[in-house]
Amino acid sequence: MSKSAQIVTSITNLNAQSVKRNLFNVGPTFLLPVIGLLLFLALWNGVAKTIDTSLGQFPGPAQVWEQGSTLIDEHFAQRDKAEAFYERQHKRNEARLAKDPDYQPKVRPFTGAPTFFDQIWTSLYTVMVGFVIASLIAIPVGILCGLSKSAYTAINPLIQLFKPVSPLAWLPLVTMVVSAVYVSDDPMFSKSFVTSAFTVSLCCLWPTLINTAVGVSNIDKDLINVSRVLRLDQFTHLRKIVLPASIPMIFTGLRLSLGIGWMVLIAAEMLAQNPGLGKFVWDEFQNGSSESLARIMVAVLTIGAIGFVLDRGMLSIQRWVSWDKNSALR
Amino acid sequence: MKTNTPLSRVKQWVKAASTSLLLATAPVAVSQLQAQDIDWPEKEELKFGFIKLTDMAPLAIAYEKGYFEDEGLYVTLEAQANWKVLLDRVIDGQLDGAHMLAGQPLGATIGFGTQAHIVTAFSMDLNGNGITVSNDIWEQMKAHVPQENGKPVHPIKADYLKPVVDDYRGKGKPFKMGMVFPVSTHNYELRYWLAAGGIHPGYYAPHKGDTSGQIDAEALLSVTPPPQMPATMEAGTIYGYCVGEPWNQQAVFKGIGVPVITDYEIWKNNPEKVFGVSKAWADKNPNTHLRVVKALIRAAMWLDENNNANRPEAVKILAKSAYVGADADVIANSMTGTFEYEKGDKREVPDFNVFFRYNATYPYYSDAIWYLTQMRRWGQISEPKSDTWFMDTAKKVYRPDIYAIAAKALIAEGKAKAADFPDFATESGFKPPQTEFIDEVTFDGTKPNEYLEKFSIGLKGKTVL
Repeated sequence: MSKSAQIVTSITNLNAQSVKRNLFNVGPTFLLPVIGLLLFLALWNGVAKTIDTSLGQFPGPAQVWEQGSTLIDEHFAQRDKAEAFYERQHKRNEARLAKDPDYQPKVRPFTGAPTFFDQIWTSLYTVMVGFVIASLIAIPVGILCGLSKSAYTAINPLIQLFKPVSPLAWLPLVTMVVSAVYVSDDPMFSKSFVTSAFTVSLCCLWPTLINTAVGVSNIDKDLINVSRVLRLDQFTHLRKIVLPASIPMIFTGLRLSLGIGWMVLIAAEMLAQNPGLGKFVWDEFQNGSSESLARIMVAVLTIGAIGFVLDRGMLSIQRWVSWDKNSALR
Repeated sequence: MKTNTPLSRVKQWVKAASTSLLLATAPVAVSQLQAQDIDWPEKEELKFGFIKLTDMAPLAIAYEKGYFEDEGLYVTLEAQANWKVLLDRVIDGQLDGAHMLAGQPLGATIGFGTQAHIVTAFSMDLNGNGITVSNDIWEQMKAHVPQENGKPVHPIKADYLKPVVDDYRGKGKPFKMGMVFPVSTHNYELRYWLAAGGIHPGYYAPHKGDTSGQIDAEALLSVTPPPQMPATMEAGTIYGYCVGEPWNQQAVFKGIGVPVITDYEIWKNNPEKVFGVSKAWADKNPNTHLRVVKALIRAAMWLDENNNANRPEAVKILAKSAYVGADADVIANSMTGTFEYEKGDKREVPDFNVFFRYNATYPYYSDAIWYLTQMRRWGQISEPKSDTWFMDTAKKVYRPDIYAIAAKALIAEGKAKAADFPDFATESGFKPPQTEFIDEVTFDGTKPNEYLEKFSIGLKGKTVL
């Protein structure tokens, strides 16, 4: 058998095998989650009917679905209004220019209320900024703690002290500090955005910091010996040995951090009335209309879905940067 | 951008001429001259705060109907968490202005709570509040309330609540009620009603650092933000509350409480919310301020036009989740002139929400002075004050002069009639003595100290706690 024929047969073998395996795998990987989901929906539907709140019956899947589509309609309705707004503004600017030639016309952003989707975007943007700030601080500090026993001993008590602090305790302090320190006539970011982002940062520093420190300090002795034998300088040691070896732990930390950051953000937005999904939930709660609970439920599911997507996203990045592609990641 | 070509100028001229012809009211020349009296706004992008209550309607209508844009203003409306946040944000400039409790500009200016000079040139509405008690309290109270044809006789005085309060006190249980803010209309109305029924609502003593307002109290009042009132009562933290709409009607719909009285019955046509801005903002942006007042006057007119004909449309707008957000039928109950007390006991209260008629939008000095007398009565103003002080403070905060310029501009533009407003040439800013209070005590705004002497419960004269 020629070499090429060999390859072909092995490929067909492989195909047959993998098809068989796929068939076998479809059950656990796709069917089970679907069954779980259906069971959950049925249970939700059943239980919802038995809960009567002062705002009416607790919303079941059907009502939530309905409110979900209402929210989409509202979003597009608001977009239409925005277009009309810009058109009117254009005309008004022209009219004013006719009367007042010195006028410098200017296009102002739409003044309508943000829709559900605008709020999702605001929240995502805020959490990413907070998370990036936190990571930029936590990873270097974590590496330092991992490399140097004395740095770790010095910083450890602080980490232990601040790690368990709830974001809501930070919030008033952050709010006051931001409004005192962040003063400018034409701020690039709104104060509420800065407040939310910083609160998120404060809370997602810790898991990354701790995991990085642990990851760095637990590098395989063999690897360190290799570095010694090769007499790598500090920087190369860091780049070639420390970072690759601790990537899995750093990413475990980052994933935890992002998850915490997302949870913290929603709470912070609710409490501080900063724009975002948290504010959407709070506003709906305050409205107390018969549709409020279903709309909150839509937000709850969206928050969950986004949290899930963020986590999967981090996981794929971790796979991509990790040198050990065989390590089990979940 | 379009250049100012001769053709476009001609077009503009034709447009202007045709609109003037359409208006066909005041002489064209005058109308155009007057319209230019108020110069372009200094600040075009504005953010106003509001609390989710139906009486924020003038703001929502001025936005939705384009009255703000007609004045060249691009306004964003933003719901605020509570009255304190709202006031703080107006003071630190995050908000350009806001829907405020009438007592807030006064309280802030005299330094009760956060000190800041706030002014108002526009009164937002009359009436619109109610006092609700929980089902449990209502059951106990009902036994004492006189009945007619199987229905309780209104107005229900606090005299009938007194035995219930005494009973709680006898058992050593504090009798707790909610109101929305220490300087809120609701606080003063609830206190007025309780005191008129012989229930002491407690004093404040800010000079001793006591701002709980519970000194000597038989009913303990505490602060809860309006939208949370029904939930707080449902949780049993408070037994009743005084709040604006739709949160009294919400209690009826949810079946958790019974509104017992509206503020219309406590003091007929009482001034309620105002539109407040900081003095610094008003000084910096005088034209913007005038234009905002113009837009709000138009909105208020629209709300009361043709005997409330536009109210159903207003209800639809308010029911949007960005504004009040409660169910339309809950909002409609009070906005369209009815009020449901006990479930099914719906009564006509055509003047429950008044936005324009009876000169509702004009900022009367006497209204300000009534609030100041109540602040003195309950110890928020701890020292005795002279009648002149009351007068001067009212004039510092209430600005009918600004209102008059805005109204005259609207008259000149043909958007309003002079007959809709007080006669600005002769108006003193003081309403004639008002008699329609639940305890039948007459209020004369020019004699605040004499007024305070008439109450058996409350600080007066030289009394200092």
